[in-house]
Amino acid sequence: MNSSALFVAVFLACAVEAVEALTIVLAAGFGRDWRSAFLGVGSALAVLMAIVAALGPALTAIPLEALRLVVGGLLLIFGLQWLRKAVLRASGLKAMHDETAIYRAELAAVEAAPAHRRGMVSDWYSFTLSFKGVLLEGLEVAFIALTFGANQRNIPLAAIAALSAVVVVALAGIALRAPLARVPENSMKFVVGIMLTSFGIFWGAEGAGATWPGADAALLVLVPAVALFALALVAVLRRAAARPLSPKAAGAGSS
Amino acid sequence: MTGRLRAFLGFWYDFVVGDDWRVAVAVIVALALTYAVSTTWIPAWPILPAAVAIILPVSLWRAVRR
Repeated sequence: MNSSALFVAVFLACAVEAVEALTIVLAAGFGRDWRSAFLGVGSALAVLMAIVAALGPALTAIPLEALRLVVGGLLLIFGLQWLRKAVLRASGLKAMHDETAIYRAELAAVEAAPAHRRGMVSDWYSFTLSFKGVLLEGLEVAFIALTFGANQRNIPLAAIAALSAVVVVALAGIALRAPLARVPENSMKFVVGIMLTSFGIFWGAEGAGATWPGADAALLVLVPAVALFALALVAVLRRAAARPLSPKAAGAGSS
Repeated sequence: MTGRLRAFLGFWYDFVVGDDWRVAVAVIVALALTYAVSTTWIPAWPILPAAVAIILPVSLWRAVRR
């Protein structure tokens, strides 16, 4: 895989997760207390940096074959989760991810919660909401950045892609002072699902001892093939979309 | 303590495995099969793409049926 594919995959994955984290932080900040919300963001980023600093060098020390087998398998399982949800959303069988609706729901919840001071944190609710939001969304980003970066032996580039996405989303959020509802989040998740699945297939097979025809060039066939297959599934499932939305399909998961 | 450990493991289960555990099991089986075939003269690379071509529609079909 070349560096630009690594950068694009990590940047897109990171951007969609950053958009989701931003919605939570904005709700905590506007609804209650900005200082506590920022403290929560800072604490979560510190924990994430510690995780990346500890796991990054450890991953690069693992032999490449073993790393590709384990990471390829994990990436494939993880990628199929993303792709499954993205196909269900694109075919109309699962509710689209709507940042404005999520923001309104979060805002209503934070405004109703009682205030509670703890130590130097003036509003514990805002702090924990921001902390958990950023940490949970950030873990997905760290997982993707570390696995892609370690497999390509280029964690610094993956980290730059991840940080660039966070900076772009944060600047957009500061400029707009509102959730980024116009970001094509569902389409981006579809692309990320395709990338994770394709690279999971490629690395998993290599790690298990298979040899791809054309070596790395096989990815140039694999990525479009997975994309076309997913789009074909969307087309087939759209016919089922006329049926009423099942409650389980409508509500499951947020990624 | 047991509760926290359970919550921790539950988080990672949801994080990696997600809504359909059968996907994870099928991927592990496909990887094992790839390894087994790679020790023979038969090309092993088509196994994972073929597995995905089966796993994804089956998982989607189950989600739609629910």
